[in-house]
Formats: sequence, C-alpha cells, structure tokens
Amino acid sequence: MSFTVVKAQPGGELPGGEALTWSDGGLGRREFLRRACIIAAGVVGLPSSAAAKMYEETVVKGKKPSVIWLHFQECTGCTESLLRAEHPPLDDLLLDLISLDYHETLLAAAGKQAEAARTQAMRANAGKYILVVEGAIPMKDNGIYCKVGGKTAVEILNECAAQAGAIIAIGSCASWGGIPSSDPNPTGAVGVTGALKGKTVVTIPGCPANPYNFLGTALQFATFGTLPALDSKGRPKFAYGRTIHEDCPRRPHFDAGRFALKYGDQGHRDGWCLYQLGCKGPVTHANCSLQPFGEVPGAWPIGIGHPCFGCTEQFVGFSIAQSTTVPIENPTPSTTFAAVNSGGGKMGVAAVGVGGAILGAVVSAGYKFSTTLDAEEPSADEEA
Amino acid sequence: MSLSRRSLLKGLATAGAGIAGLPAAGQAKELKRRPDDAVGLLYDATKCIGCKACMTACREANGLTAAERDGKWYDPQSLSGNAKNVISFYRGPKGEESFMKMQCMHCVDPACVSVCMLGALKKGDKGIVTYDADACVGCRYCQVACPFNVPAFEWGKATPKIVKCELCRDRLAQGKIPACAEVCPRHAVIFGSYTELLEEAHRRLATEPKRYVPKVYGEKDGGGTQVLYLTAAGIPFEKLGLPALGEKSVPSLPETIQHTIYKGFLAPVVLYGALGAVIFRNRRKSAAGGEEGDA
Amino acid sequence: MSHATAPVGGRILTKPMLVLLGLFGLAAALLLWRFIQGLGAVTAMSDRYPWGLWIAYDVVTGTALACGGYALAILIYILNKGRFHPLIRSAILTSALGYTLGGFSVIVDLGRFWNVWKVPTLFWKWNFSSILLEVALCIMAYMFVLWIELAPAFLEGAKAAGNPKLRRLAEKTLGPLEKAMPFIVALGLLLPTMHQSSLGSLMMLAGQKVHPLWQTPLLPLLFLISCICMGYGVVVLESALSSTYFGLPRETPLLRRLGRVVAPLLGLYLVLRLGDLAIHGKLGLIFTSGFFSVLFLAEMALFVTPIVMFYTEAKPKLGQLFRGAMMIVLAGALYRFSTFLVAFRPSKGWVYFPSVGETLITVGLIAGEIAAYIFVVKKFPILQSRPRRATVRRLGADVIDRLPIPSTAPASGD
Repeated sequence: MSFTVVKAQPGGELPGGEALTWSDGGLGRREFLRRACIIAAGVVGLPSSAAAKMYEETVVKGKKPSVIWLHFQECTGCTESLLRAEHPPLDDLLLDLISLDYHETLLAAAGKQAEAARTQAMRANAGKYILVVEGAIPMKDNGIYCKVGGKTAVEILNECAAQAGAIIAIGSCASWGGIPSSDPNPTGAVGVTGALKGKTVVTIPGCPANPYNFLGTALQFATFGTLPALDSKGRPKFAYGRTIHEDCPRRPHFDAGRFALKYGDQGHRDGWCLYQLGCKGPVTHANCSLQPFGEVPGAWPIGIGHPCFGCTEQFVGFSIAQSTTVPIENPTPSTTFAAVNSGGGKMGVAAVGVGGAILGAVVSAGYKFSTTLDAEEPSADEEA
Repeated sequence: MSLSRRSLLKGLATAGAGIAGLPAAGQAKELKRRPDDAVGLLYDATKCIGCKACMTACREANGLTAAERDGKWYDPQSLSGNAKNVISFYRGPKGEESFMKMQCMHCVDPACVSVCMLGALKKGDKGIVTYDADACVGCRYCQVACPFNVPAFEWGKATPKIVKCELCRDRLAQGKIPACAEVCPRHAVIFGSYTELLEEAHRRLATEPKRYVPKVYGEKDGGGTQVLYLTAAGIPFEKLGLPALGEKSVPSLPETIQHTIYKGFLAPVVLYGALGAVIFRNRRKSAAGGEEGDA
Repeated sequence: MSHATAPVGGRILTKPMLVLLGLFGLAAALLLWRFIQGLGAVTAMSDRYPWGLWIAYDVVTGTALACGGYALAILIYILNKGRFHPLIRSAILTSALGYTLGGFSVIVDLGRFWNVWKVPTLFWKWNFSSILLEVALCIMAYMFVLWIELAPAFLEGAKAAGNPKLRRLAEKTLGPLEKAMPFIVALGLLLPTMHQSSLGSLMMLAGQKVHPLWQTPLLPLLFLISCICMGYGVVVLESALSSTYFGLPRETPLLRRLGRVVAPLLGLYLVLRLGDLAIHGKLGLIFTSGFFSVLFLAEMALFVTPIVMFYTEAKPKLGQLFRGAMMIVLAGALYRFSTFLVAFRPSKGWVYFPSVGETLITVGLIAGEIAAYIFVVKKFPILQSRPRRATVRRLGADVIDRLPIPSTAPASGD
C-alpha cells in the first residue's frame, strides 16, 4: 500500500494544497517522510511549520536523533506496535527518522557486540541521545530478577540515564510498573520514574503505547530540543490531557442514558455506551479515540465493542476488575433540564403519622384530663 | 451603634412615632442605590441554548465537585450546596419554551444581608454580595428571607456552609470575568458594569421590541438587582421563577419598622426605666399596704 | 417572693420519670447522629424550608409557651395584682425551662453552632438591621434573667439544706438579690416584650413567601399579644396538672380570674388581626384561599371559643378552665406554626413535614424539660406547700399514671 498526491479541494488539510489518499501511485520516499513528520507534529500539537522543520532536520540534514532502547520486564508489545505504524513504515523510521542504535529486538548484532554498540552510541551522542525504556524494573533483592549481559536492569538503566538527553518510558510497565508490578508484585517492579529518582521522565503509558505519542515526543526533542508539556504523572498533555470519556465516539449514548448491559445484548450490538460493563473511560486519560493505533480507525477497545481497560492509568488498569464501574471524574450536565420550579423537600408518610399521632395524643389526653377535673367535687375547687 | 447628637435627636422623634405605632417614619428609609462601580450579569433568555456550559464552568471555577444522580451526572435540579448556577427549562401551556439561568441576583438592598446577624453576608466591593463563613452561625435566616430562594445550605455536611454565587469575585480579582459569562458560547449571559449592562439591555429592547417582554427585570424589581434579565415576548418573568416584587426592596418595610422602634435603642431604654419605676412604686405601696395589694 | 412554698418531696426516679428520661435518651442518640452526619440526615428541612419544627416549635412556640412568667409578672408587678403571686414561682420555673429548651434547640438547629459564641461577643460585627440578632441577644439575656429570678428558690432550698457553708452563702446572697430584684424583674419584662414581638417581625422579611392572610406589618404586635395569652393559658394548665399530680391545693379561683384577664386580650388579638386584614382589603382572602382559608378559620375558632367559654360561664369549673386554656395554647401555637411553616410557601412544588427523627428529638427534649421540672419542684420550694386531702391526692396521681406521657407536655410550658 502506498499513497498518491491528488489536488486538494479548497481548504484542503495539508500544506501545499495537497491531500493524502489511499491508493496506489507514485508518492516518493522523501515526500512520504515529510508526511510522517506532519503526522508526528500534528500529534504533538505543533504547527505545520514545525513539521517542515522536523523533516528538514531529520531527513534533509540527516540529524537523526540517536535512540537507545532498553527492554526490561515486558512483552515487547510496545515495540511491536511501533513496528506496525504505517506512517512511517518500519524501514523509513529506522533508516531515516531516527537512528536506532540499540534495540534488542531489532539489533542485528548479538552478545558482546550488541553491548558494545550501546556503549559506543552513548559515548558518541553523550547528552543528546534519547533513552527509551520499555518494561518495568525489578528492585527487589538488588534487582536480580532481570539481567541483560550480566548486569541488572536497574544498573543498565542508571548507566544509560546518566548521559541521556531525554528519557522516555514507553508503555505502562515502564511508566509505573504495569503488569509486573500488579499485586503481589513478586519482583518489586517499578517504573522508570520510580527507579530514577529526580530525573524528568516522559511517560507514554498504554498497553501497548500508541506509537505516535512516542514518535511525536521523540521528534520534538530531536528537532527543537524540548519536551512537550507534561502532566503530574509525566505524561505529555497533548495525548493524555483528557479522558477517554470526553472524546468517546459513544458519548452521545452515555448522555442519553443508553447503556449496553450485557455483552451481546441489543444495546451492545447497537453500539451503545459501555459504561455499565465497566468501561474505565471516565477516569482514563488517553487519546485512543483521536489517534488510532496503526492508523486503523476503530482499532482500540471501545472501537471494537470492549469497555476501556484503563491501561494508561495507574491504579486503574491491572488494578480494578474489568467489570467494576468507576466514578465519573469530570461529570458534565445531563441533556435533560431542571424545571423552573423543580419542587422538592421531604414529607414522609411515617413522619406525618408520627407527628399527627403525637399531637392527637396530647390533645386528647388533655381533654380527658379536663373531664376528670369536671368530676371533682366543687368543694375541692374552692379550697384555695 | 454610635449615637451622635443628630441621630439622638432623630431617634427621639422616631422613637416617639414608633411607640405610637405610626408609619410616618417609614419615609425615613430611602431606596438604596447601587454603588457607582456596581458590576453584574445580563442574561438574555432568548439567546440561551441550554448547553449548560456555564454550569460546568461554574462548578469548576467554584470547586463544586460533587456529582449528582449516581455520580455520573452533574444535573442539580435547583440551586443547592452543589450548584451556584442552574439552567432550567420552561414550557408553557401553548408550547412556548424558554431557558432560565438562576444564580444570586446581587440585590441592591439584599434581604440576606439585612437579616445576617454578624454580617457573614455583606454587600462587598462593586456591590457583590459576599459570604464569609467565619461570621456565619448557620441560622439559615438568609434562606428564609431571600425572595429569589438563592442561598443554599450544605445539608449533608457536619460542618456546613451557605453556598451562593459570589460573581466569581476571586476571578475578578485576577482580572478575569465570571466563569459563566466567560464560557457562554452565545453570550446569552454577559458580564459588565451595571450601567453598561442596563444600556445594552435597553438597546436590545429598542432594536428588537417584538422579540422581548418590554422590561428589564432587575432594573427596579425588589429595589433593584445587579443581575438583569431579558425574556422572550410571551413568557412573563414570573413563569421563569422571577417573582413580581414591586419596586421596594424586601427589607425596606421590616427594617423601617424595626429601626423606628429601636432607633438609637431609645425606646427600650425608656421602656425599661418606666417598668423599673412602676415596679419600684408598686413594691413600696404593697410594702406599706400589706402583701395582697390589689390596685 | 416568699410565699408558703415548699419542696414537694418524694422519690425522684418514679416510673413516669424513667419513661421521660428514656425519651430524652432516644433524642440524645438522634442528636449525636445529627452532629456527625449533618442536619439533612435527621431532618426533613431543605433549601426552601430551611426552618423546620425546631424553629417553629422549640424556639418560636416553645418560648411563647414559656411566657407564663412574663405574663404573670405583668399582672403582678406592673398592674400590681399581688394576689396572683402564688402562681409566679412555678410559672418562672416553666419559663426558665422553656427558654433553656429553646436555647438548646437553637444550638442543635444551627448549622455552624461552634460559631455561636461570636454572636454575643463580637459586638463590632453586629448587624443592627438583623432582627434575628436582636432576638438572639434578647433570648440569651432573658434566659439568664429567668434563672436569676428563680435563684431565691434555689437559695432558700440551700438554706434549708444541712450544709452550713451553703446556708451561709445563701443567707448572704438572698438579701442583696431581693433588693436588686425590681431591676431584674424590669429586665424580665422588657426582654420578652422585645423578642416575642420580634419573633413575629422575623417573618416579615420572608415577604411574599408568607401567605397574605398571615403576612402583615402587625406581625410583631400580634405575636406579642398572643404570647401573653399563651402565657396565661400555660399557667392554668400547669397549675391544674401539678396540683393534681403532686396532690397540692387547687388554685381554681385565681385561675378563674386569669381567665377573665386573658379573654379581653384574645379579643384585642382578634380585633387587630381582622382589622388589619380589613384595612388592607384582604378580608375576601379568608374565604377564597382554599386550604389557607380553612387554616385561618381554624385559628379564628381557637381564639374565639375560649372567650365565649370564659364569658358565658360566671364561675367556670377547673375542667372548663383547663379546656379553655388548652385552646388558647393551641390557638397561639397554630398561629405560630402557620406563620413559620404552613403559610410559608417559598415556591411551588416544595413540601415540608417534620421527619420522624426531628419529631422524636423535639419530643425527647420536651420530656427532658418535664423531667427537670419534676426534679426541681420535688427538691426546691417552688409550689405551694399545703398538701391536699389524701383521697384527692391519690385520685390525681392515679389519673396521671393512666394517661399517656405526652399529656403532661402542655403543663411544663412546652
């Protein structure tokens, strides 16, 4: 599959009045990389001029960011999803946009040779290279539960982090520990932030993380030397600033109160809101609905009819059962309206009964008492 | 209560009138005027689309986090401890419809301020009616007195407060405008100085007389408010929950009576003296004439 | 104040007393819940009905019922009708207890009760427009005045007690206290005049929210007159009940005279009430207001009937006096409940009725008040001392024992 350039209608989306279409045709490799930069810049929320600059710096001038990619306790899912990004395809990414100097999955070298490539890249790009960490770091028993080339994960991490220009934790495992850290956390697994105290770590949580959130961050650093704005958990705000719930394609069903109640029921088939099935969208910050994985629209849990799992959110994903519903973090007004005079207040039947009974008892007892006084002899009356 | 010579003389006169039960002193209390720098809101019901963005903005600006109905919705049905601003909806017998925005009216002569024992509710800077929890004992007289039923109380809390719109005064201090007015996508509610708002309201009435009920609610109602309302022709203000109050403020009459009776605290002092004298005299009399004095 | 009064004596922890204390304990438990969970957890009050049973009954009606001391003091000290003096001490006791209950209820009702100390102390913050401030200060002061007025009884009790130190202290204090009493009594007349009328003024601020049949600038005057009527009514009820319960001499002739004093006052109330409606052209509303018409007419009936009763019968029996007094008390209570709750219609669609918890707390507090009354009259010289014939005494005690407990409620001033 490749792309063709067609004349765009007025107001076309791309600089230069062109638009991308899905068809065979002659889109040059260079042009294609320009597109990749545009998408990456768009993801980070930078203007199109920034995309041009990214392209200029990386492709034209060949100043590709050196990337050292470490794997610890993980499943390599984040790498796999990165490799499935369509813009750019794997070869362009590796050969033109970044310089992937060390990556255990992709490295041709093995053993000592591979480790040597790492140290050499670190020396050559000291203070400039991007350190990407995939996977959690075990801390228990001096970190013996994950070793590469005889060194523990935490040792390698510290070594590589010392001279890194930027540190990116990709995936939920690297962000806070992810699956390896879930109860009872036998290896004492933590995220990069937990293992590297005091360093700025960009976390790109997700299981797997969306590759564009990573690429956008990496290219922004490579081009401008800056990192995107981060939230309190180190996540780029451009991707994690809002909850799934806020941008959910099924949101109108929520607002209208239409919920799927069982997997496969009519509501589920009709694409209604998955909240009652335990969707974690209302508390999970991520841009899944806006930036599809691998550019396949709908290729994410809610898109295929599965409630959000909360994978980008510590204490939600891998912590709360899928079927458990969560409180709404940022409730918005419903689509129904209060009446001008809504009415209200409490008037219980029991309350009225009790109140009436007491009043009745007092009055009737008083009356009864007064009749006993009537019965008294008048002489007693006049005593005083 | 400071007692200058002038107020003493005035007090003597009015105390006399008060004891005699004359309403003559009633004229003494003039209608209060808005402060010159008064600010407020103008809500044009014909422009509102009921999007409730103002409710959400208000909730966020005022730290009202509580959600209602299963914790999924923020849909207060009236002003409450969780809601300082509510959009409601009216449908009349002929199918006529209107939205309505309710928040504190920031009266010129507020009943809530008049009744508040220690001045927890006060007419503050720019005529904004402010609340100070430190001086509040939670007696809820403000709720009884407010003709618009605005102040709300946190019934579910062990340490409750009165909750009401303070026109985002902390935002004003930062140079921002009230959240509801800032976020309104159709400028159905706008913020500004009272004079500008009134001018604008009359301008709208003049340019599109057929669109509106020909009156600016709040210009004079209940002694005047700093929040003004325009509503669509055919939908009277009373239907939207804005009572017909007349031009006098709610506190003007009771305050006049109360002030007349208690002016300078003279009447009570005089009464006390008189009571003391009578008791003393009676006592001497009965001491002289035996226990069972029967005058 | 030294009439032939003496402690009634007898066991304190009788069966009825235990029931009273049980009710009080129940209220205390509910109160604990109110303080932990907030007012909404126990009461039916809402943002539109911010004042409920505790204000309408415990404070507004309760203090009016506790006006026996005030009403009798007017007779005795101002109109110099010394013959009513035997009634005063127990009337002052019920007043003191009634006001104390009102004060306690206010604390329970206040949302931010821990700030209440600021009301009497932070005088530079006083808002002189606030009628409630006047009411609050007056009630606080009057509570003190009442207990001081009652102090001689306690001091006499102390004098009679064995402890010599206590006796010397009592002897030393009694003299000066007697001398100062006119000024204290004058204060005890001034303060209720101020705040009982102002309790009515409170609702003037509610403006249109109160039904026009009740909303009038005469509210203060009507509240003042009706509270005095209720005071006399309560004196009658209390005298009849306590003389029966404790087997003491009847005070029927005195009570009969009270009936003749209260009848014109009731008449004055009616004239003002109807005259005010007439002047403002609201007479038509009496018949066109649906439910409120019924409410209004019921109030009128309760005010008119005692007048008729007291005037048609030259020498009403104690039973009749008792029924008349009950009606006066109910009339005043209905007027107060109407003004504060029933005729208070803040906006369409909102309702209020005191919740079970609210009601039980009020009942428990009244029970506590009655228990305190019984305790004090048994221990201190409040009531007249001469015991009645043994047969009557037994008869009375039996009657009371057979009656349900709330039947003693009106007697104690609440």
